[in-house]
Amino acid sequence: MDALILTENVLQALAAGILVGSVYGLMCVGLGLIYGVMRVINFAQGDFLMLGMYAALYLFTGLGLGAALGPYLGPAVATVLGAAILYVLGVVLHQTLLRRVTGIRVAGTESEGHYPQLILTLGISLILANAGLIVFGSMPQSIRTPLSASAWEIGPLVGQNLSVFLNKARSIAFLVSVVVALALFLFIARTRLGKTLRAAADNPEAATYMGIDVDAAYRVAFAIGVALTAIAGGMVATYYPFQPYVGLEFVIIMYAGVVLGGFGSIGGAFWGGLTIGLVQQLSTLVLPVQLQNAAIFVVFLVIVLVRPEGLFGRSAERI
Amino acid sequence: MERRIGRDLAIIVIAVMAYLAASLLIDNQYYQLMLALVPIWAIVGISWNLFSGYSGMVSFGHASFFGLGAYTVTLLMVKLDLSPWLGVPIGMGVGALAGALIGWPTFRLRGHYFALAMLAYPLALLYIFEWLGFQEVSLPMKRESAAAYMQFKDQRYYVGIALGMLVIAMAVALRIERSRFGLSLLAIKQNEPAAEAAGINTLAWKMKAIMVSGAMCAAVGGLYAVVLLVVTPPSVFGLLTSAQALIVTLFGGVATVWGPVVGSAILIPLAEILHAELGDKLPGIQGVVYGAAIVMVILLAPEGVVPRVRDAWRRRHARAEPATKSATPATTVGSSSRTVGDRVVLKVEGVSRAFGGLQAVQDVSFEVREGEVLGIIGPNGAGKTTLFNLMNGFIAPDAGRVVWAGEDLVGQRPNEICRRGLGRTFQVVRPFPRMTVLQNVVVGAFVAERDDEAAVALAGEALVRVGLGDRAQAPAAGLTNVELRLMELARALASRPRLLMLDETLAGLGSQEIERMLGVIDALARSGITVVIIEHTMQAMVRLADRLVVLDHGRLLAAGQPEAVTRNPAVIEAYLGKRWMKHAQR
Repeated sequence: MDALILTENVLQALAAGILVGSVYGLMCVGLGLIYGVMRVINFAQGDFLMLGMYAALYLFTGLGLGAALGPYLGPAVATVLGAAILYVLGVVLHQTLLRRVTGIRVAGTESEGHYPQLILTLGISLILANAGLIVFGSMPQSIRTPLSASAWEIGPLVGQNLSVFLNKARSIAFLVSVVVALALFLFIARTRLGKTLRAAADNPEAATYMGIDVDAAYRVAFAIGVALTAIAGGMVATYYPFQPYVGLEFVIIMYAGVVLGGFGSIGGAFWGGLTIGLVQQLSTLVLPVQLQNAAIFVVFLVIVLVRPEGLFGRSAERI
Repeated sequence: MERRIGRDLAIIVIAVMAYLAASLLIDNQYYQLMLALVPIWAIVGISWNLFSGYSGMVSFGHASFFGLGAYTVTLLMVKLDLSPWLGVPIGMGVGALAGALIGWPTFRLRGHYFALAMLAYPLALLYIFEWLGFQEVSLPMKRESAAAYMQFKDQRYYVGIALGMLVIAMAVALRIERSRFGLSLLAIKQNEPAAEAAGINTLAWKMKAIMVSGAMCAAVGGLYAVVLLVVTPPSVFGLLTSAQALIVTLFGGVATVWGPVVGSAILIPLAEILHAELGDKLPGIQGVVYGAAIVMVILLAPEGVVPRVRDAWRRRHARAEPATKSATPATTVGSSSRTVGDRVVLKVEGVSRAFGGLQAVQDVSFEVREGEVLGIIGPNGAGKTTLFNLMNGFIAPDAGRVVWAGEDLVGQRPNEICRRGLGRTFQVVRPFPRMTVLQNVVVGAFVAERDDEAAVALAGEALVRVGLGDRAQAPAAGLTNVELRLMELARALASRPRLLMLDETLAGLGSQEIERMLGVIDALARSGITVVIIEHTMQAMVRLADRLVVLDHGRLLAAGQPEAVTRNPAVIEAYLGKRWMKHAQR
């Protein structure tokens, strides 16, 4: 009987890990895209996630999307609309701030040239998180639908005693994340703009000689990266209470996922995020809940120290 | 080193006394607290600066040390009734230990990876301390013998204690900045491989720096706990703590003693006053201030306030420096007048190294005799620089030995090899651009002289020997190509090497400059230093070298007297290709 309970717990954690992990995967893809194209480690990515959450929340309640579109579609539509707002914010931030410390000028320099970027995004992160506190208040909120407290049951599987429950809000988040991530991969692989981004990422100088506006490519990549993470944020908001400092909880998850997937690899970032989700959920089987995040940090440290090129990375990248 | 720290220390003490006197005039409790917080965050900034500012390895994790110090003091007092007067020194020990434990694995990482890994430590600690049940620990109030527990009714005592610690911290920072410690860290920041090759034990200095920094940060964390009387994991391990350390420093001026102090003196009152006035309406205003400050600094004055002001002041008072031109020493270069011994000093035995599928160096063996100039020549991509990197320890050979004075050098770190008397220069010059010429060379002299003054003297001598004596105080960034190469030569020379490895020292020089360089190298060889020089232009080498070793595609093609080597058909073929063989042999 104990074995049965254990199996059920493991399966439950696995299922939750895959659902949550895919959402992490999407936010990692956002961070990974920005890094992959611009070589900027965006410290503020967690805060864009936070803004995505609030944008989705206010659109959802403000436009009455829950009543108009129902609990399944409503949050998703609010999230996508919110991501569009974040896209614009991304463009504006790149134009006003990031452009001045990135681009061709910096791309060629050694690592010293990259510190201003890291520190600039730290500043942006502090401003966004604390301005968020001023504007939104410190009260935890969430996008409330009946789905966050209900689940689909898979099973009973073995006999009558074993079934796996899939939380509905998480399942929707999983579906949206996978679809958006797939759409991004197709965009990068197939479209002209996607190729432009890849060229600018690969060799900004050569791309310039080919007539590519690298600054514009960076701007698009940054804004898309921000928007993708915002979508992930909106989806998280449907099952997880959040406040303006929530970004910090997730930014390490994102770093861990991106490093795990191999810095610069966008596909790897998704699998990295998924792995982190699995680690997080499976760790609940053996660790107290408070240590869940500590476990992620430890995993992150171990990955960086032992295999900085990532589990899925092809080669070690020197930065 | 260049100036004694006495005068600076006097200025610091005067400034601190003035601050203390001013604080005595203030009765408002809140402002008294703020006055104590300014030196506290200044010290956190100084501790961050000592490590990250000078070494260039950005730490987002100084909250680890701060929090460990705070919790050490608090828990010792709560659990063991130990006074913070003892708790703070114990906390410093904990901080230094944490520095060592964090540095040891993390120094393997570079750049962004290092910065990110450092971020994870305090956040992991944050959750661990919460899990341990230390969500909110208050220091017990001691009504009797309060002073023995560092508890005072009058907040101004804390201002005094914080200022005392600040003076100590600044004195430590001054000592470090003016010694080989600081200069070595700056060298690491600007070019780590060059520092390592100049004999600087980069790992040891980084370890020392993070331990000193960790101890200092933990000490002030302990004081912070005493002043605020309550510790929570987010307040001491949180991101804002690490960020504040970095922000006050970058705002004031990185790698300067006064930078963190000035940054803290401006930003802390600003943030605290705004918080006091508007905190109930705008709860996150402090964070916004810090964020905006750092964004503005990065965009407007990346070097920080102190250097910006100092530069402006200097520019106003600057006198035009007379540009002196170094005379070209007119010497006749020739290998004939050198005394070459028969004794073999360096033996390269069957050294091989592959990168992936590319065999960069394959089974290369040769000997270097005492006092000779040995030229290593070969076409581009022949493996010459790789051979040097194998010899001075930058990369390990797959097979083979490098024997120097009866000892195998394989497996030793570049700084150890430099210590044993093998100096080197680089094909692409690796200066420390933001140091003066003299400082650049002093970095090389540390290996040879234990005393800092003597190292400076030795560096000056080396500069004179290469003919750069009059450029000692010029910033390295302003040198011409030939001067940079001479400076690098002087840096290698300052380690008192017995053997110098020069990697394409003549590359990119004009014909007059080549003459100047050849003259210097020849003079060094005459003074008894054995020289191994890489070059791919034959002409200069034939004049300079006693013997030549020819590499092609990673293999040893020929070795011997210059005249013999240049007539060797295999060598001609390697340089010119088969088609031109016939013409060449006519």
